Amino acid sequence: MNVRESARFAVRGVTANPMRTALTTLGILIGVAAVIVLVAVGNGSSAAVTESLSRLGSNTLTVQASQGGTGGRAGGFGGFPGFGGGGPGGVSSGTQTRTAELTLDDAAAIADATLAPHVLRVAPRVSASSVTATYDGATHTVSSFLGTSPSYLTINDDSVQKGETLTAEDWTSRRRVALVGSSVAEDLVGGDGLDVVGKTVQFNGIAFTVVGVLTDKGSTGPQDEDDRVLAPLTAVQDTLTGYGSLSAISVQAKDADSVETAQAEIEDVLNSRHRVTSATADYSVQNPTSLLSAVTSTSQTFTVLLASVAAISLLVGGIGVMNIMLVTVTERTREIGIRKAIGARRGDIVGQFLLEAVLLSLFGGLMGVLVGLVGSRFEIVGVQPVVSASSVVLAFGVAVGTGLFFGLYPANRAASLRPIEALRYE
Amino acid sequence: MPRPVLDLRGVTKVFGAGDTAVHALAGVDLVVERGEYVAVMGASGSGKSTLMNIVGCLDVPTRGRYLLDGVDTRRLDEGRQALVRNRKIGFVFQSFNLIPRTSAQSNVELPLAYAGVKLAQRRERAAAALARVGLADRGHHLPSELSGGQQQRVAIARAIVTEPVLLLADEPTGALDSRSTAEVLDLFDDVSAGGRTILVITHEEEVAERAHRVIRFRDGRIVSDERRAPRGTHVAVGGAA
Ligand SMILES: Nc1ncnc2c1ncn2[C@@H]1O[C@H](COP(=O)(O)OP(=O)(O)OP(=O)(O)O)[C@@H](O)[C@H]1O
Ligand SMILES: [Mg+2]
Repeated sequence: MNVRESARFAVRGVTANPMRTALTTLGILIGVAAVIVLVAVGNGSSAAVTESLSRLGSNTLTVQASQGGTGGRAGGFGGFPGFGGGGPGGVSSGTQTRTAELTLDDAAAIADATLAPHVLRVAPRVSASSVTATYDGATHTVSSFLGTSPSYLTINDDSVQKGETLTAEDWTSRRRVALVGSSVAEDLVGGDGLDVVGKTVQFNGIAFTVVGVLTDKGSTGPQDEDDRVLAPLTAVQDTLTGYGSLSAISVQAKDADSVETAQAEIEDVLNSRHRVTSATADYSVQNPTSLLSAVTSTSQTFTVLLASVAAISLLVGGIGVMNIMLVTVTERTREIGIRKAIGARRGDIVGQFLLEAVLLSLFGGLMGVLVGLVGSRFEIVGVQPVVSASSVVLAFGVAVGTGLFFGLYPANRAASLRPIEALRYE
Repeated sequence: MPRPVLDLRGVTKVFGAGDTAVHALAGVDLVVERGEYVAVMGASGSGKSTLMNIVGCLDVPTRGRYLLDGVDTRRLDEGRQALVRNRKIGFVFQSFNLIPRTSAQSNVELPLAYAGVKLAQRRERAAAALARVGLADRGHHLPSELSGGQQQRVAIARAIVTEPVLLLADEPTGALDSRSTAEVLDLFDDVSAGGRTILVITHEEEVAERAHRVIRFRDGRIVSDERRAPRGTHVAVGGAA
């Protein structure tokens, strides 16, 4: 008897009990779909993070304060997957130990060409938290309000789509001017928001004149990158934050190759200024590659975690197939006896039941791929899933392999029944 | 003289062991020549079905030798036994044993499928076998849509479709009324006239009357073995009484 023949028997066996077949394949379907969707979510969020990090530029460094004496990395990026540029800095550390301070003098020292020759630009940053903008009755809660120097725009690769950018004059004259992102602008004046230029907007009751609208960053992942305001650091310190520590210092190295050297120079400068050693450093310098690898490994862990959850559900589906096949073999013991009595060989019986099991998982697998692909088109918890071809192939392959593996035992059990015992089975 | 189809020598079958051992067959010697029509009778529990299962290669004897068509069945491995069941033997069971949810036509095709016969030829031969048992128009019916007599005729069609040398039937009319019984017996006569060997187990004299030879069992032994019409003679071949 050939495979086609076994396949015909198998199809008949599978279709004889549609409800049971549907439920069994559902187990496989869910497993396969879960693998595809969850791996896609993992991929999607790491893609989003990688992209927002890569927009920081490959030759920028960020200096943040950390608690004294702890050294190492602290107050780093704020959780996964919502990393966005320039969030609240590390100054908000606890109070029990000496709170580290980054000062404008630190920034100036880093900018000194003789102390740190590989540093091209420096931008000190302070961020004001929970800032509400009001204009003509409209209000908007700004997610990121940054006081900084004009060089920040160059470092961060920002430009102005309408109006003027920040100038050195604005800094020195402590002018209350601001650049707003399009999300802020649209909320305040409606339309495309460009009319906000020239208007005076209240930020927590302090009047700033909007001189320009920032070019859209576009948003990847859950964070809206256009919900931000930039203003001269001097004016922000005058009004919103006071004259305490900087949140961070953004530094641009001369080129991508001198990032490491620049980092070493910054550390030397700050170590001598703060009278600390590398081991006791009260600040941390993050360079894009170290950040990227940290985030990548986090998201890989995340993806592996999701994938293993999904794999477990696939395994459960496989056990479902085995369970049903064992029931089927028991139910059809007599049929097996009849088939043997009229000349079925061991291989014929194994083939028939194995094919039945594989058919169940094949069907479940195909449906699972379909559901997984459709499911991955939707945004899930703020992440646009990115389907990886390998996860589809793997999930499908594992599903079919599961059918083979879990079908083997019941099929062999069926085939090894002695014909007379099978026939006598009630 | 051609070799016999069946040649059993000192066949015993013991179920269980020790005190609870049941000697279902206690030394059976039996030779059946090609073309014979043999009825096997005897009280319930006398070992008839046990004999049938051994003869049909569904079970193996505890002791003794069994030659089927001159081949010692102990020498056959599992695969060859399946081949023998497929090519040389046709089974008819009391409970029909058709495969459920499978059409009459497919049921009859099944032994041919296991024999590796091509689909077109299989269709044709199965249809011919169904026609022979008078069910040409019922090929697409499921077993559940057929009467007992019809189901048994489908089972007979399935048993003869491979043209086996030996047709084995264990109480084939046990579940049938007298009209269906007559139909089945006519079919057996027909098969016998075609030169096939038939071994039929029965409790009914009506069935035994059609046979050329009647063997009686008691407690796992043959107690009588007589040939009768239509071969003409009533020869007692003397069993161990
Ligand atoms: N698988 C088995 N295990 C244990 N004992 C068995 C088994 N099969 C048959 N027997 C015993 O062997 C003896 C003969 O059984 P068998 O089925 O051959 O009788 P039979 O002549 O066909 O009876 P009936 O006319 O009722 O069908 C019985 O005593 C029975 O209990
Ligand atoms: Mg019996």
